[in-house]
Amino acid sequence: MIPLLLIIPLVFALLSVLLPRLPIKAIAIPGLVLQLIASIQLSVHTYKHGASDYALGSWEAPLGIALHANGFTVTLLTLTAFIAIVCAVYALIYLKRYEHEQRYFWPLFWFLLASLNGIWLSGDLFNLYVGLELLTFSAVGMVALTANKASLQAAIRYLFAALLGSLGYLAGVALLYGQYGTLSIQEIALISTSDAPTQVALALMTVGLLMKTAIFPLHYWLPPAHGGALAPVSALLSALVVKASFYILAVLWLQLAPDAISPAAAQVLGALGAGAILWGSWCAFRQPDIKMLVAYSTVAQLGYLMFVFPLSIGTSAAAAELAWQGTVLHLLAHAFAKAAMFLSVGTLVLAIGHQGIKDLAGVSHRVPLALFSFGLSAVSLMGLPPSGGFNAKWLLLQSALSSGQWWWFIFILGGGLLTAAYVFRVFSVSFIEEARHKFAPTHWLLDVSALTLAAAAILLGFVSQWPLTLMELVPGVQS
Amino acid sequence: MNAWLPVAVLGTSLIASLIIFLVPDAKQRLRSTLNITAALVKIGLVAWMVFGIYQQELFETRFTLVPGIDFVLRADSLSMLFAGLSSVLWLFTTIYAIGYLEGSPHRSRFFGFFSLCVASTMGISLAGNLFTFLIFFEMLTLSTYPLVVHRGTQASLTAGRTYLRYTLGGGAMLLLGVVLLYSYAGPQVGEFAETGTLRAATSLDPRTLAAIFVVLIIGVGVKAAFVPFHGWLPVAMVAPAPVSALLHAVAVVKAGAFGIIRIVYNVYGIEFSAQIGVLLPLGILAAITIIWGSMQALRQMELKKRLAYSTVSQVSYIALGVALFGPIGSIGGLVHLLHQGIMKVTLFFAAGNYAETLGIHRIDELDGVGKRMPGTSLAFTIGALGMIGLPPTAGFISKWYLGIGALEAGMAWALGVLVLSSALNAAYFLPILYRLWFKPVRGAWPDEQIPAARFETDPWLLFPTLATMAFTIAAGLLASHPWSPLTWATLISVREYLP
Repeated sequence: MIPLLLIIPLVFALLSVLLPRLPIKAIAIPGLVLQLIASIQLSVHTYKHGASDYALGSWEAPLGIALHANGFTVTLLTLTAFIAIVCAVYALIYLKRYEHEQRYFWPLFWFLLASLNGIWLSGDLFNLYVGLELLTFSAVGMVALTANKASLQAAIRYLFAALLGSLGYLAGVALLYGQYGTLSIQEIALISTSDAPTQVALALMTVGLLMKTAIFPLHYWLPPAHGGALAPVSALLSALVVKASFYILAVLWLQLAPDAISPAAAQVLGALGAGAILWGSWCAFRQPDIKMLVAYSTVAQLGYLMFVFPLSIGTSAAAAELAWQGTVLHLLAHAFAKAAMFLSVGTLVLAIGHQGIKDLAGVSHRVPLALFSFGLSAVSLMGLPPSGGFNAKWLLLQSALSSGQWWWFIFILGGGLLTAAYVFRVFSVSFIEEARHKFAPTHWLLDVSALTLAAAAILLGFVSQWPLTLMELVPGVQS
Repeated sequence: MNAWLPVAVLGTSLIASLIIFLVPDAKQRLRSTLNITAALVKIGLVAWMVFGIYQQELFETRFTLVPGIDFVLRADSLSMLFAGLSSVLWLFTTIYAIGYLEGSPHRSRFFGFFSLCVASTMGISLAGNLFTFLIFFEMLTLSTYPLVVHRGTQASLTAGRTYLRYTLGGGAMLLLGVVLLYSYAGPQVGEFAETGTLRAATSLDPRTLAAIFVVLIIGVGVKAAFVPFHGWLPVAMVAPAPVSALLHAVAVVKAGAFGIIRIVYNVYGIEFSAQIGVLLPLGILAAITIIWGSMQALRQMELKKRLAYSTVSQVSYIALGVALFGPIGSIGGLVHLLHQGIMKVTLFFAAGNYAETLGIHRIDELDGVGKRMPGTSLAFTIGALGMIGLPPTAGFISKWYLGIGALEAGMAWALGVLVLSSALNAAYFLPILYRLWFKPVRGAWPDEQIPAARFETDPWLLFPTLATMAFTIAAGLLASHPWSPLTWATLISVREYLP
C-alpha cells in the first residue's frame, strides 16, 4: 500500500510528460480517486495495526529508501488526496480558458502530489530533502504558469527563497550525517545529543524551513506567489505545500533531537508566530485586492502553527499533548478552509472579471454559492464555532493555560478577532446592492468544489475526534 | 428516539434554512410554505418534548467533540422555557416577515439566515453544557449579521460593523471565560445541572471563581445589552422591523439573558453564587441598566429607537430577578424572559405596521393613528401597558414577582428600582398612547403605502400583531393555569432552590 502512494502520482506525472497527446485530463480524476482510496486504506490499516515501515526495493534502512507510515502521516496523506481531487475537479473547469497553461499544469500537479506524499512518508533526512526540492520546483513551475511579468517575478522570488531555504536545510543534513553517520530520523533520535554541531545543524535547518514555510519575517515571497497564481494553484500551495516544510520542522524539533532544543529557542519560534499573526492580519486588512487578502491571511494563519513549539517544549505532558492536537487540527482546518477560500475567490473573480474588494459589490445576490463557501471557510479561519478552526483554537488555548503561558493565550484569542476584521471587509462590500460590473455566469462545478472543502472545514468541527484518534498512534511525538 | 429529538428540533430550522437559500427569489409561495411548515413542525416537536419532560423523560444527544469535551443537546425545564418562546414567536415573526418583505429583493437570503438564526437560538436553549452553549452563541452572531445589514445601505453596513465589534468581542470574552473555567475547575463543571455544578467542588478558590464569573457575565452581557455594552442595540435598529423584533424579543438579547440564567443557576448554582458574593454586583449592574435604559428611551423621538432603549432596560429585569436570592425573585426573572418576549414582539410588530402602512417613524407623527389603525394601535397599547406593568397583562405578573422577590431577599432597594423604572416606563409610553387615541390627526400621513381596505393594513402584518397581543393578555389573565409561563417558571425555580 505504501509504495502505491508514490507510484500512482509518479506514473501519472510521467505519462503526462511523455505522452502529451494522451487525454491526461480525462484520466486525472480516476487516478486521484485511486490515490484517495489507497490513502484511506493505509489509514484503516494504520488504525488497526499501528505504524508500519516499508523498504523500497527490499533494501533495508541504512542503504535503501525507507518509508514510514504512522497516524500523523496517514492523516496528511488522506488530506492531500482529498484536497487534490477537489482542486483537480475545479481545475478541469477553471483551466478551460487557459489552453496553453493546461499542458504544463497537469504534469506539475502530479509531481507536486508525488513529492508531498514522499515527504509525508519518508523516514530519513535526505529523502525529505529530495522531496522538498521536487516540491519546490513543481510549486514554482505552477506559480509561473501564466508566464506574464508579474507571475514570473513572483515565481523567481519564490524560487530564490526556496533555494536559500534548501541550502540551509542541506547544510544541516550534512552536519548531522557527519556527526551521527546516519540519516534515519528514528536512528538519530535514539542517539542524538545536544552538542554544538547538532545545534548548529538544527539552527541551519530551522532557518531554511522557516523560509520555506513563509514564517514572519521570512514570508515576503508568499503573498505575490500565492496571490498571483491561478486559483487552483493558490489553493494547493496554501493548503498543502507550506505545510510540508512545517511538517519537517515539527519532526526535527519534536522527534529528532528534543534534547538539543532549549525552551528559549521554542519561545523565539512562538514569537515569530505571534509576529506572523499580527503582521499578516494587518497586511490582509490593508489589501485592496481580494486574492492578496487571502494570501496574507495564509501568512497570519501559519503563525498559529509556530505555537506548538513553546507550548510543547519544556511544558507538562498534558499541555504538550493539547498543543500537538490543536496544531494538527489547525493544520487540517486551515488546509480545508484556505483551499476553499482560494477556490471560492477564484470563482468570484471569474464572475466579476476584477479582483478588487470594492468590485465585489452585489455578489451576494449574483454569485451566492461562492460567497457562501467563502463565508463558511471564513468561519473556520476566524476560529468561530462550529468548525475545525474553533476546536483547534480551543485546544491551543487550553494548552496555553495549562502550561501557564498566558502571553500566547492573548495572541490565539486576539488572532480570531483580527481575522474577523479583514474577512468582514469582504462581507460588508458584498451586501451592497448595486453591482459595479456585469457578472459572467460560472460553471456549477466550481461552486460545488469550493463548497465541498468549506463544508469539510466546518464538519471537521464535529469529527475532530477522528484525526486525533489516529494521531495517538504516533510513536515518539507525544511526549 | 429520545436521543434524536433535540437534534430534530435543531434540524428543522437548520434544514429549512439550507433549502430556503436555494429557493429562487421569485418563488414566494414555495418559500413561505417551507417557512411556515418548518415553524409548525418545530412547535410540534417542542410541545412533544415539553410533555415528555412533565413525565420525567430524558432527552439528550451527546458525542465527543475534542478530547474531554462533549457536544451535548439536552432538554430540561429551563431550556423548554426558551425553546417554547422561540418556536412560538418564530412562527409569528415568520408570518409577519413574509408580509413585510413582500416584493423586496433578496428574500431567500433573508429567510435563510432568519431560519439559521432560529436554529442557533434553539441550540442555545438546548445546549447541555457551556461549551455547546458557546458554539451556538457564536453561531447566532454570525447568522444575525446578514440580517442587520440586509438592506445594504451605508447606514446598515455601519450598523453591522458596530454590531460585530460588540458581539465578536463579547464572544471572545465568553470563550476566554469558558476556557478559564474548564482549565481551572475541569470540564465537568461546564455541564448544566440543577442547583449548579461548582458547589460540590469546595477545593477551588472562590475568588478565582468569582473573577471567572465576571468574565463570563461580560461575555454574555454584551448580547444582553448591559450598560455599558449596550451600544450595538440602538444602532442595529436600521434593520427591517421583523429583524428588530427577532433581535429584541427572541434571539440576541434573550440569548444573553438566558446565558446569565444558565451561568448563575446551572453552573455556579444560586447558593454558591450568593456565597462568593457575585449576585449583588450583578443586581446592581442590572439596576443601573434598567434605569439608564429607561432614561435614554425617554429622550428618543424615533419610535424604534425608543423601543430599543426600552429593551435595554427591560431585559435587565431578567438579570435582576436572577440576582435576587430567593425563589420568588427567580420566578419573576424567569417568567419575564417569556413575558418581555411576547410584549416586545407586539410593540415592534406595531411599530413596523405604522412604518409600512403610513410611513410613520417618529413619535410626533403618531397623532390620531388610533382611528386609522385601531387593531395595531390596540396591540401597541396593550404591549405598552404590559411594559409599564399594569394588570391584567403579562408585565404585571413579572413585576409583581420581582417586587415580592426583592422584599423577600431583603433587597428593598431593588423594589425602589422597579418602582422608578415603572414610572419612567409610564413616562415614555403614556404620551405615545395619548397621541394615538386622543390627539387629532395632523393632516396627511407621511407616506401612505397600504390603503385602508377590508383591514387597516396587510392581513399578514395585522394578524401576527393581534396574536401576540392576545398572548400578552392571556399570559397575565391565565397566569395560574397549569400551562402558563408562570407555572413553568415556578417549577424551575422550585427545583433550583431544592436543598
